[in-house]
Amino acid sequence: MTNALNEIKPPVIELGIIGWLRKNLFSTWYNTILTILGIYLLYSILPPLFNWIFFDANFVGSSKDECTKDGACWIFIKQNLKLIFYGLYPTEELWRINTAYVMLLIAGIYLLIPNLKNKGWVGAFLLIPFPIICVYLFSGGAGLTNVETRLWGGLFLTLVIAGVGIVLSLPIGVLLALGRRSKLPIVSLLSTIFIEIWRGVPLITVLFMASNMFPLFMPEGVNFDKLIRALIGVMFFSAAYLAEVVRGGLQAMPKGQYEASQAAGLTYWKMMALVILPQSLKMVIPAIIGSFIAIFKDTTLVLIIGLFDFLGIIQFVGTNPDWLGFSHEGYVFAAAVFWIFCFGMSRYSQNLEKKLDTGQ
Amino acid sequence: MNTFKMWILSLTASIVMMPAAFAGTLDTVKSQGFFNCGVSQGVPGFSNPDENGNWSGIDVDVCRAVSAAVFGDPDKVKYVPLTAKERFTALQAGEIDVLSRNTTWTLSRDAQIGLEFAGVNFYDGQGFMVRKDSGISSAMELDGASVCTNLGTTTELNMADFFRANGMAYEPVVFEKADEVVNAYDEGRCDTYTTDKSGLAAQRTKLADPDAHVVLPETISKEPLGPVVREGDGDWADVVRWSLNAMIEAEEFGLTKSNAKTECALTSNPVVARLCGKEGATGAGLNLGESWSYDIVTMVGNYGDVYETHVGENTPVGLARAGSPNASYKNGGVLYAPPAR
Repeated sequence: MTNALNEIKPPVIELGIIGWLRKNLFSTWYNTILTILGIYLLYSILPPLFNWIFFDANFVGSSKDECTKDGACWIFIKQNLKLIFYGLYPTEELWRINTAYVMLLIAGIYLLIPNLKNKGWVGAFLLIPFPIICVYLFSGGAGLTNVETRLWGGLFLTLVIAGVGIVLSLPIGVLLALGRRSKLPIVSLLSTIFIEIWRGVPLITVLFMASNMFPLFMPEGVNFDKLIRALIGVMFFSAAYLAEVVRGGLQAMPKGQYEASQAAGLTYWKMMALVILPQSLKMVIPAIIGSFIAIFKDTTLVLIIGLFDFLGIIQFVGTNPDWLGFSHEGYVFAAAVFWIFCFGMSRYSQNLEKKLDTGQ
Repeated sequence: MNTFKMWILSLTASIVMMPAAFAGTLDTVKSQGFFNCGVSQGVPGFSNPDENGNWSGIDVDVCRAVSAAVFGDPDKVKYVPLTAKERFTALQAGEIDVLSRNTTWTLSRDAQIGLEFAGVNFYDGQGFMVRKDSGISSAMELDGASVCTNLGTTTELNMADFFRANGMAYEPVVFEKADEVVNAYDEGRCDTYTTDKSGLAAQRTKLADPDAHVVLPETISKEPLGPVVREGDGDWADVVRWSLNAMIEAEEFGLTKSNAKTECALTSNPVVARLCGKEGATGAGLNLGESWSYDIVTMVGNYGDVYETHVGENTPVGLARAGSPNASYKNGGVLYAPPAR
């Protein structure tokens, strides 16, 4: 105890807030300059930005006349929220989309809570029956009015395109990656050709071909739905990218893993499904999620084929003569929503990596 | 490249067109109970959404008029939003039956790629907007000006032609999207902003102080906009053409959406009586019911009604009709419909 009394404490300026500041922001003369510059930049950007977004903005009201134009006019977003979220989908049928959202939300929350039982079943439900239920709910059929895809739009359409692109492109990508590494020459050749062709063209070209050239090759009256054409394009495009990501994971696997599983008497598919893929997919999670985020953002390109995705519909509602001149608000809102989704995926990926980490 | 593209287009068009010519769009449309109308992805006043997500605008009303004529109901239309690039393909491939998407009627479009223009529902033309305090009152005073405009449209070419023809210097400031052009002009990065006059009027409402700007009187290009149908299907083209003409003629004879019911009951004017479907059997010639033109006027309105509702002076678009080519020929415009008899 007496020793403790005599112990000399470090000088105050090394501790607490001041110490932290000294160590991290003002350690050398150039760091000090950079810090001051940074603070000045933040000072000149942030207050006007916050004023525009929050303090001078208009939130209450229902028409353009109630916008003071001092800051953002969020009334524009508020009044058009139904269009922005659901597109031109008939109002009396919106419950169908909402039902699917609720199902997805419940299943998603169930999967995210740790230590719950039967997660496998919930996952399987999301992968197989859920998409079928969605197709039935969204487009209609027995008992439900038919809602054509030309009425789909807004955030709903973005989620449909991104969802289909993400969910279907992963298995196709895995198959293509396996195919490309296959010892069967034709399988390998076809996979390589497929990957290189789809990866070698910009998505905008794929969509443009699907929308403009494809109908000319079809006989009169035979019309594939425009959305389906776009979906197939997005799906193959992202599958080609994922195939290369997955192939990277496969190549990173030590040869011993292959040899050990063959020695254990596993067939090719068992070896892949039980030993190789689980390990190699885990290694490339960051790259896979990176591709998913890219797909999500790429969905905005469907605007060029006349589909109104989230961004497209915001531009579209801005052409209502009653709401001309609010493109800034629209773009800021779109950016915020896109960021929320992409950041969510990114966090999920980190979470997944931690959970699957076996300390290798 | 261009000839090659044309060759591909006309070849594919001729293949695709064959069955269409035999089937007859009007019969197909009647039997399926609706038709598809290609519109824009949002041009204020021409085809844009209202807050409930319904299409409105003067281009949309051409489709509604056709629907009223064929079905006696203006809402048997499915609207297909199209980009400028895909609009003609969509028409040739049969995805749409009428293209009503502020499309300029030109010789090359009419002659080469299997399209037929059914008339003109808006006479547009390129103009210039300047700040009032610049003191400029005519486009001829724009020598040396910096000009904001959109990239890669005919607007850019017309502008080049205009300045070259008048021996004036100019500095183009070019952007991809209309919103960017408006912002640049509003921030003073250029002296004048040029695009079609209908566009100028709509974009002006986006400026910080719309009243501080003025559209110059000169119109430097001809942009007659109108509905388009597939070539080689005369019956359907007639229906679209006369639906538009009926709206124009109804206005010439003072038949409006609000007075049509009473006027038709009282009229002794044979032209009005024909428009009301009371005599002349105009519908039979078009394979339509006799009330086709009456339905158009009562359900959609005459041309003046439609114009004032969507782009007239009391709308945010605010295009004055008097003195423009879109006025009726009786008021000095060029809008003139052949007699519906």
